[in-house]
Amino acid sequence: MPIVSAFIGILAQGTQFQWDIVWKFLFDSSILQGAIITIVLAIISQFTGSVIGLLIYLIRRTPLRPAAEAYIWFFRGTPLLVQLLFLTNIFPLLNLARPLNSSTIFTDLGFQYMPLSFFLGAFLAFAFNEGAYMAEIMRAGIDSIDPGQMEAAKSLGMSYGLAMRRIVLPQAARVIIPPLGNEFNSMLKTTSLAGYFGVLELYGAGFNIGNSLFKPLELAIDLSIWYLLMTTLWGFVQSYLERRFNASTLDGTKGTRFIDRVLGRGTPATESAAEAIMTGGRR
Amino acid sequence: MTQEQQSSMTPMVAATDVHKWFNQTEVLRGVSLTVGRGEVVVIIGPSGSGKTTFLRCLNHLEKIQQGQITIDGENIGYRVENNGKLKEDSEKNISHVRAQIGMVFQRFNLFPHMTALQNVIEAPIHVLGISKAEAEERARQLLQKVGLAHKADAYPNKLSGGQQQRVAIARALAMQPKLMLFDEATSALDPELVGEVLKVMKQLAEEGMTMVVVTHEMGFARDVADRVVVMDQGQIIEQGQPAALFANPQQERTRTFLGMVRRAE
Repeated sequence: MPIVSAFIGILAQGTQFQWDIVWKFLFDSSILQGAIITIVLAIISQFTGSVIGLLIYLIRRTPLRPAAEAYIWFFRGTPLLVQLLFLTNIFPLLNLARPLNSSTIFTDLGFQYMPLSFFLGAFLAFAFNEGAYMAEIMRAGIDSIDPGQMEAAKSLGMSYGLAMRRIVLPQAARVIIPPLGNEFNSMLKTTSLAGYFGVLELYGAGFNIGNSLFKPLELAIDLSIWYLLMTTLWGFVQSYLERRFNASTLDGTKGTRFIDRVLGRGTPATESAAEAIMTGGRR
Repeated sequence: MTQEQQSSMTPMVAATDVHKWFNQTEVLRGVSLTVGRGEVVVIIGPSGSGKTTFLRCLNHLEKIQQGQITIDGENIGYRVENNGKLKEDSEKNISHVRAQIGMVFQRFNLFPHMTALQNVIEAPIHVLGISKAEAEERARQLLQKVGLAHKADAYPNKLSGGQQQRVAIARALAMQPKLMLFDEATSALDPELVGEVLKVMKQLAEEGMTMVVVTHEMGFARDVADRVVVMDQGQIIEQGQPAALFANPQQERTRTFLGMVRRAE
């Protein structure tokens, strides 16, 4: 679809690529709004996906294990695009589309109107999908902690939950944060799929402008600049987080340097953790 | 002795006919052991004899399939149902009994993301619910007792093995346990560090702590134990006062084991 419209766009405008269009729309209000929606959508989806991932890890230890396995099987076995298609269209069936879409939450906040059911459906699809992948990351992280830690905690009278919260998870965080950061980098970009389903996030906003002006290439440059800005800023945050969680640790391994992060080079520790996690391909 | 009189009423540990299988292998084959208040029992035996497994059953880090274990009169791990079957107890009840039992592990298992002091105050604050100030005051006394007051703010990776193990002992003592279990507490230590840990254990024994100690340190058994228990192939084959047992073992297997240990020493 975007390739086709790009082609049509080139035909319509003749051959000229207009840099002034690029600069004109770089800070257009609907692009800025889209960037904010993208960031919000990515953060809430990643957060919820991480919580789901942890829940799946815990459910795997109970007799409900098959349900957890089925969840992972389904969400890793179907395309995210199909999950988006399903979840952005499920609300009418539940008689929820009308109440949701009459919500003025976006306009109240000064954004363009968009149907809340689209936003909600996209959020759920990203969160559910991410949950299936985060479950593996959580498992790799938690299982990397010496079982002696849990035993020591239990021998002091701690319950499983308390031991998990106070002893195991803080240590596992060190292993989980690098791949979690990579997931969020990925999420910032993956949310662009929501643009196809009526969510006015960055891609959707840029696509609409480019399409209506027959200037898709110019807007593609704008989108690239914005996505690069977001992922680069996140790279800083991630480096900081990794250093912080390494501050009081076992072997004094340093967090990944920013430049290595941007260029996709991890520390040995990060890479082995990432390797452990990359079982079964990524989307 | 008054302690012995008390123990005649409720022993600190009463294990009766404990059986445990790992899959098809029966690793504990009917172990019964009673430990009185203030008594120091040292369990020795060849590796694979089940002594560590048995110790771990005493605070339910291992499940058992048959038998009964009580700590100061309270069942640990299981409730015995009317039909005589064992049913695993609720996590809350298990944790409640465990909180009264200190355990020291071969590999220390200090929490690496916490300082020595934080290791010691963690459970008193979050399990017993005592205030941070009170927990810290008591923790500093305990670190002093094990000779590590100056290392309170050190992370475990900055401590030697012997120091880590002494922090681990302080951490267990901070729960004011009725009973201390030592699982080969000196086996992972460099030889020159063994003494400092044994010294702390000996001091505890002299203060009247009830202790069950699995060890390969025959010197410690000889000097500190009230009773030495010999295990082999998942059973207790012999027990007695250390002087008598070491001088005149009754069982052939005990003689073989002690002979091998002596040669190694």
